Amino acid sequence: MTDALSIQNVSHSFGRFQALKDVTLNVPRGGFTALLGVNGAGKTTLFSLITRLYDNASGRIEVAGHDLRRQPGAALARLGVVFQSRALDADLTVAQNLAYHAALHGIGRREARARSLEVLAQVGLSDRLDAKVSALSGGQQRRAEIARALIHRPQILLLDEATVGLDVKSRAEVVALTRSLTTTGVSALWATHILDEIRPDDGLVILHKGQVLADGRAGDLGCDLTAKFLQLTGEQA
Amino acid sequence: MTPRMWLTAFLGISRRETLRFVNQRGRFLAALVRPLVWLFIFAAGFRAVLGLSITPPYQTYVLYEVYVTPGLCAMIQLFNGMQSSLSMVYDRETGAMRTLLVSPFPRWFLLASKLVAGVIVSIIQVYTFLAIAWFWDVRPPVAGYLTLLPALVLSGLMLGAMGLFISSAIKQLENFAGVMNFVIFPMFFASTALYPLWRMRESSTLLHDICAVNPFSHAVELIRFALYQRFDLLSFLVVSGCLILFFAGAVIMYDPAKGLWARRKGGT
Repeated sequence: MTDALSIQNVSHSFGRFQALKDVTLNVPRGGFTALLGVNGAGKTTLFSLITRLYDNASGRIEVAGHDLRRQPGAALARLGVVFQSRALDADLTVAQNLAYHAALHGIGRREARARSLEVLAQVGLSDRLDAKVSALSGGQQRRAEIARALIHRPQILLLDEATVGLDVKSRAEVVALTRSLTTTGVSALWATHILDEIRPDDGLVILHKGQVLADGRAGDLGCDLTAKFLQLTGEQA
Repeated sequence: MTPRMWLTAFLGISRRETLRFVNQRGRFLAALVRPLVWLFIFAAGFRAVLGLSITPPYQTYVLYEVYVTPGLCAMIQLFNGMQSSLSMVYDRETGAMRTLLVSPFPRWFLLASKLVAGVIVSIIQVYTFLAIAWFWDVRPPVAGYLTLLPALVLSGLMLGAMGLFISSAIKQLENFAGVMNFVIFPMFFASTALYPLWRMRESSTLLHDICAVNPFSHAVELIRFALYQRFDLLSFLVVSGCLILFFAGAVIMYDPAKGLWARRKGGT
């Protein structure tokens, strides 16, 4: 079975600055993989390449077996993305935002309404369907973003620092929600710089200065993940 | 992707633009107040000092208010195009743009849908303005309101495409003040919106030549002729050509493989 996401030998530069150097990683189907790196490690650049906001000039990216460069439509249709910055329209209701996103995947209004109820139930926001996004708390907005990313039934969810700006309770809820989604067959690539969000049985890729330093199960890196991370990256505690 | 899915995506983008427009009532009022101030105050003052000879498509002497009305229609579309452009930059800054760009539909289609949605909004604004102008004795032939529609669609598309192109080159909202000063105002004032070309020639040949090649002048003339059930071929060709150029430029700039802004770090 093909991986949900396969990245092979991908490099990317902004002018002379090389943001990614020969990155290779795979996200298995139905798994939770953490992409760990300090700010500026290249996580967002990698996400921008996977979502085709930037073109990958070198290497190969496949989403559920679809080459992003040759079959961008098929690949993007299988991706659900939660960006680091808020992407919902605050002036519209949750239902209107979800309907808009569904339309961007060719899903009609009636079907979108049914799916909205379904995904909002998944993220625990059933009662907020007709609420304006601006009236939601930070944690609820994040969950609404996840609902938005799920509405077209993607095979893999990309979450770029999805807990930034959330309080401890909301952060724990969003992480737990994402883990629960992987039990339904959706894969998750969770970009973060917070070690507490990673469990020993998670897949773990450590990205530092644009390079993959470690790739495997988090538990295999040793019991003290913080120490191991600092040792690999050469960062100070 | 089936044709129905393409239509769904187009309707979804149009609906979002319309909802945003409805939610921002201030934007609608501002879009109306601007041309009305020109019509009620500026035109009233100029009526006394500015004589207009008979120039096509007019078959008799017309009041300055009548002359300036097509220019004000085009002004509504120009500012609407810039408003769309501004919202594109804002969406890019807030991250909402990413939602659009990660859609599986091709970028040219997404941009075209956004463009058409913006034009629909601008046409509603223009007809509302013309309805108010009717009470100010600006009364073109009734059939002119119908023949005006295709001209508004074409000029709206051209000015909207220009806005899209500009938005692709602007990185921050703050840069928009520069666009207003260096693009919008010169484009509006150095056009046939406020004065006919022969008037320009009387004061400056250079200014006349600039006005004559300004695409906005041709949008104004296309609207002016259409409002009086006439067709101006030159204006049609210039506006169509500029539409193709601006839209192609915007598609190239928003293409992840070719775009200039996408290569800049944090450009999205």
